[in-house]
Amino acid sequence: MTAAREPADPAANVIPIESAPSWSGPEPRPALADRLADGVGAALSGQLGATATRLFGKGWEQRAADGLGFLRRRLTGDYEVDDFGFDRELTEEVFLALLRPLAEKYFRVEVRGAEHIPADGGVLIVANHSGTIPLDALMTQVAVHDHADRHLRMLAADLVFVLPVVNELARKAGHTLACNEDAQTLLERGEVVGVWPEGFKGIGKPFADRYKLQRFGRGGFVASALRAGVPIVPCSIVGAEETYPMIGNFRTLARLLGLPYVPITPTFPWLGPFGAIPLPTKWTIQFGEPIPTDSYPKDAAEDPMLVFNLADQVRETIQHTLYKLLVQRRSVFG
Amino acid sequence: MGKVVLVTGVAHRLGALFAGRIAEQPGVDRVVGVDAGPPPAALPSAVQYAQVDLRRPAIARVIAEHDVDTVVHLHVTALGHGGRALVKENNVIGTMQLLGACQKAPGVRRLVVKSTTAVYGSAPRDPAVFGERMQPKALPVGGFARDAAEVEGYVRGFARRRPDVAVTVLRFANILGPHGDTPLTAYFRLPLLPTALGHDPRLQFVHEDDALEVLRLAALDAPTGTYNVAGDGVLLLSQCARRLGRPTVPLLRPALGLVGRLARQLTAPADRAFSQEQLQLLTHGRVVDTALLRDTFGFTPRWTTPEAFADFAAHVPPGPLPPTRLTAVTDRLTGLLTDHRPTEPEELRPR
Repeated sequence: MTAAREPADPAANVIPIESAPSWSGPEPRPALADRLADGVGAALSGQLGATATRLFGKGWEQRAADGLGFLRRRLTGDYEVDDFGFDRELTEEVFLALLRPLAEKYFRVEVRGAEHIPADGGVLIVANHSGTIPLDALMTQVAVHDHADRHLRMLAADLVFVLPVVNELARKAGHTLACNEDAQTLLERGEVVGVWPEGFKGIGKPFADRYKLQRFGRGGFVASALRAGVPIVPCSIVGAEETYPMIGNFRTLARLLGLPYVPITPTFPWLGPFGAIPLPTKWTIQFGEPIPTDSYPKDAAEDPMLVFNLADQVRETIQHTLYKLLVQRRSVFG
Repeated sequence: MGKVVLVTGVAHRLGALFAGRIAEQPGVDRVVGVDAGPPPAALPSAVQYAQVDLRRPAIARVIAEHDVDTVVHLHVTALGHGGRALVKENNVIGTMQLLGACQKAPGVRRLVVKSTTAVYGSAPRDPAVFGERMQPKALPVGGFARDAAEVEGYVRGFARRRPDVAVTVLRFANILGPHGDTPLTAYFRLPLLPTALGHDPRLQFVHEDDALEVLRLAALDAPTGTYNVAGDGVLLLSQCARRLGRPTVPLLRPALGLVGRLARQLTAPADRAFSQEQLQLLTHGRVVDTALLRDTFGFTPRWTTPEAFADFAAHVPPGPLPPTRLTAVTDRLTGLLTDHRPTEPEELRPR
């Protein structure tokens, strides 16, 4: 699938037994580890080992050892996160592994133009937003990782960082608050930054307005790209609009809960939790040609006209690509 | 003629260590340590001690008497005896008195003030990485962070009135060392760590040695200005807990606040482990950018955040789930799996 998921050199993943300090140290009574290991060892050399080989195929020991190595690092906190809280190992081994079946099997995402994402250096990916729940953003993250072998660092709404659990997962998956400071820092560090400038206006728009791009905020994303001198890659996502067709909005409830909207779809809330299952639409994610920003003068980010014009150019590109993709599309569930 | 350095807050560990270190510097003639209590036992003999309550104007007399030219103000601290009101008075009124005395002392050429990255607050709607020029969306509501923000305000005022004095403000991340005694180390010494459910804050530490070195450079001739001081890298609270072998007890944020309020009724050190601003830190975390410290001030911390934490962890009693015990289990199992393979030749396997 991708380089990141290929098993590495087998020798590199074997954790030498000497590295366990309590193992080499004086330990008079048989520790739990001993007893456990003796039992498992006896079972493995007997029938169980043979059965496991039959069940899981050859090399299962190595895979199990890799899994234990992962568990060891997680249990002892022996892993790295960056300044933004991005946990590369957890994202690759857990988050992306969980999202990948959804992208490949459920939505059958077709990724086009992944070659427009440079192999290194900063780049700003700007995409259309839709579908009530930001599944489109997560699918784009999978696409960028699997097709361009880069990690997408998304700029998310502040609501994400106010909610418990969600904020923790978002930070570990590499996302940060949509603000100029964070966007610029990430771009200057040479990261792939993803932004959905329509925000809640785009993701929470009624079904009747599907594939009509909403206003692109204040164009702050263009200013960040200009300051960092990185290209802007427009990205058009088709298929996400129909996952949760929003036909109504519980305005009062939304205001009570402090949420931007509480959607009514053909299945939600009528079918209860089953209504939260997205429709299995067929998706296309098209990355467009990069728009360079390094040819502009140094203080271009301070020129509002230029910033608005660039934002409009990006917006038009995405809108036109959307129409083109919609014409090509045979059916929503194709 | 060499420098005469006045160091406030020498009753605290950092103050005493710094006073001892600066006294050994060539070009430093005399070091005067100041604090409110009787002479602290840890103070090196090379440091002259003056028992002055910073809240009284007597500090002006000490500055004049010793002809002080460099003032290192370390008496801005979250700790202290006599409760929060007294600590606040020491921090804020003490700083005002000291700055007032400095303003009237023509001999003072350099002022170094210890502040904290807590002045940026901890909030979910703030940028992930703070630079020195960023203003937090919400100022710290109270506690030590508010004190430090007010102290910095008075220092800015002083710098305007005495442009001939070189002023350096150092915003330290949480200082850790083998024998650190701060609200955060009090928290990490608890057998179980209560955390906010659904939050895993990013924390940054600076090692005591680096803190002392930055202060030393600032007191001698380093560029002036305001600098963030933190070790490279970031640790999540969950990582810290696992490295210490201390299980976490995730509580809903309101419940954690309640625990904090109960704990503040207890005696030390439990009471200081759960101050309001520390609970904010343990919920939302805080990370600062140290590019300015590296490029302009000219100092690169020798200890990274994980290294500083490891040094601290090595000097606290292990928790109920020491990492070594967990690795013993996984390593033994891994060893079995990899040993097991060569002992069973290919042809013996059932087809």
